Amino acid sequence: METNLCVAGFGGQGVMTLGKFLAEAACDDSSKNVTFFPSYGAEQRGGTANCYVVISDEEIGAPISTTMDDLIVMNEPSLAKFLPRLKKGGRLFINSSIVKTEVSREDITVVKAPVTDMAFALGSGKVLNVLMLGVYVGYTAVLDEGLVWNLVEHKLGKKVALLETNRAAFEQGLKLGKEARA
Amino acid sequence: MSRVFMKGCEAIAEAAVRAGCRFFAGYPITPQNEIPEYFSRRMPEVGGVFVQGESEVASISMVYGAGCAGTRAMTSSSSCGIALKSEGISYCAGARIPMVYCNVARGGPGVGSIQPAQMDYLQATKASGNGGFQMLVFAPSTVQEAVDLTYAAFDYADRDRNPVLILADGVIGTMMESVELPPMRSDEEIAAIKDSKKKWTALGHRLGEHVDIEPGFWSTLDQQKWNEEAAALYLSWEKDLQWEEYCVEDAELVIASYGISARIAKSAVNLLRREGLKVGLIRPITVNPFPYKAFDRIDYSKCKAVLDVEMSIPAQFVKDVSVAVKDRCPIETCLCSGGNIMSRDDILAACKKILEA
Repeated sequence: METNLCVAGFGGQGVMTLGKFLAEAACDDSSKNVTFFPSYGAEQRGGTANCYVVISDEEIGAPISTTMDDLIVMNEPSLAKFLPRLKKGGRLFINSSIVKTEVSREDITVVKAPVTDMAFALGSGKVLNVLMLGVYVGYTAVLDEGLVWNLVEHKLGKKVALLETNRAAFEQGLKLGKEARA
Repeated sequence: MSRVFMKGCEAIAEAAVRAGCRFFAGYPITPQNEIPEYFSRRMPEVGGVFVQGESEVASISMVYGAGCAGTRAMTSSSSCGIALKSEGISYCAGARIPMVYCNVARGGPGVGSIQPAQMDYLQATKASGNGGFQMLVFAPSTVQEAVDLTYAAFDYADRDRNPVLILADGVIGTMMESVELPPMRSDEEIAAIKDSKKKWTALGHRLGEHVDIEPGFWSTLDQQKWNEEAAALYLSWEKDLQWEEYCVEDAELVIASYGISARIAKSAVNLLRREGLKVGLIRPITVNPFPYKAFDRIDYSKCKAVLDVEMSIPAQFVKDVSVAVKDRCPIETCLCSGGNIMSRDDILAACKKILEA
């Protein structure tokens, strides 16, 4: 079983961190192989930033693929850029606070989460990526949720001030993801 | 040993530190900046030296100097930066100074593109500077392999008193993957390694006991003698050949590929095998010397073609593949370049086109 994910958004929305949290948590699960590939171009402020995470029970071939199983989009330009590359039957996770365009494809599953609004409601716009991480893990169960939170907590060790907000963000995300699945 | 999650460039640098590298000089260039960055904070922790040189030429020359003094030394760059270092690389080969360097290759020629490519194959394997010298050149296809080969490279360099090249690419350099790191060489081991080179290193000799470190000779006879000795060394590398052979025995189509392309190709082989298609893979790990004999393992009575898969247009690796195949079957290509990463779908399509023809 191989899951191939692309996370895309504005620079500054924490898309690289989201991908890295997920990939590092997968590394902590010794039964999985994982790759993380950041896309660095001559990107500009306000442009799209994206990364690819592949989690697999087998040896991983391509760390970056033409098509993907799962796609997380945090802004409008990312939706336009990556939607055509989502596989038939793929899963699309949308930051519905910002992405207002109706998704034109009917051969995919769409999970909408207003993570920017939810993050501000929690008191910090910064935690939108951890919210979306929760949504993704809650919906897909690609990794054990406890394992993912342990990693996030470990990584945020030095940023104690935001730890509780992040914990609340992750839990709200998980809940939303699980409900969307049910 | 526990797994750690590391970026390719950082893992390469850590492997070098663990192998006993205590001098690094480099100059920034994408996509290998994390190598010097990592060394800049790691070297002070282990009593080593990191220098950001004023240029690529200065950096390789500093490595030449550190190598002359018996210290395990390294530099790195990417494509056009490596080209600038070619003078110093040739001097190290000429003076028989051990050192390790890494090319995290990007698009070319010229400044090219900052994204991953395999456009430096012929430069890396045939002529990394003037004068016809050769080096062991290793091409990793995973971060783990990059770690293992970098660690071993320092031993090869010291054994042969010759530069060793790790030919990586922008994907290997920038991706993060789980790795198991090799053991850290102790300060005692590092001192012993340095001591074992005392006969020829320019370090602590009494007056009258001087050593000569010369990247050339006044006497034509001496130069030829040097060339003959070097040629004998290069021939001795047959024993160091490394390659991966995968599902070749019954293959009706064999993919020839190296580095990141080969890894993507291997996943294509797995998918094709699940469909019952008999496809195999030969992946040279040493790209100089080239494991030509690996291609003798193909059953040419069954094999319709060899498919060369590489991120270079025009194809370069194919020249060695062609020498290895010796006209025993046709050779087709599946290529991309410019910083575009090899697509598994393109490899699948290329294989099916050949098998269905």
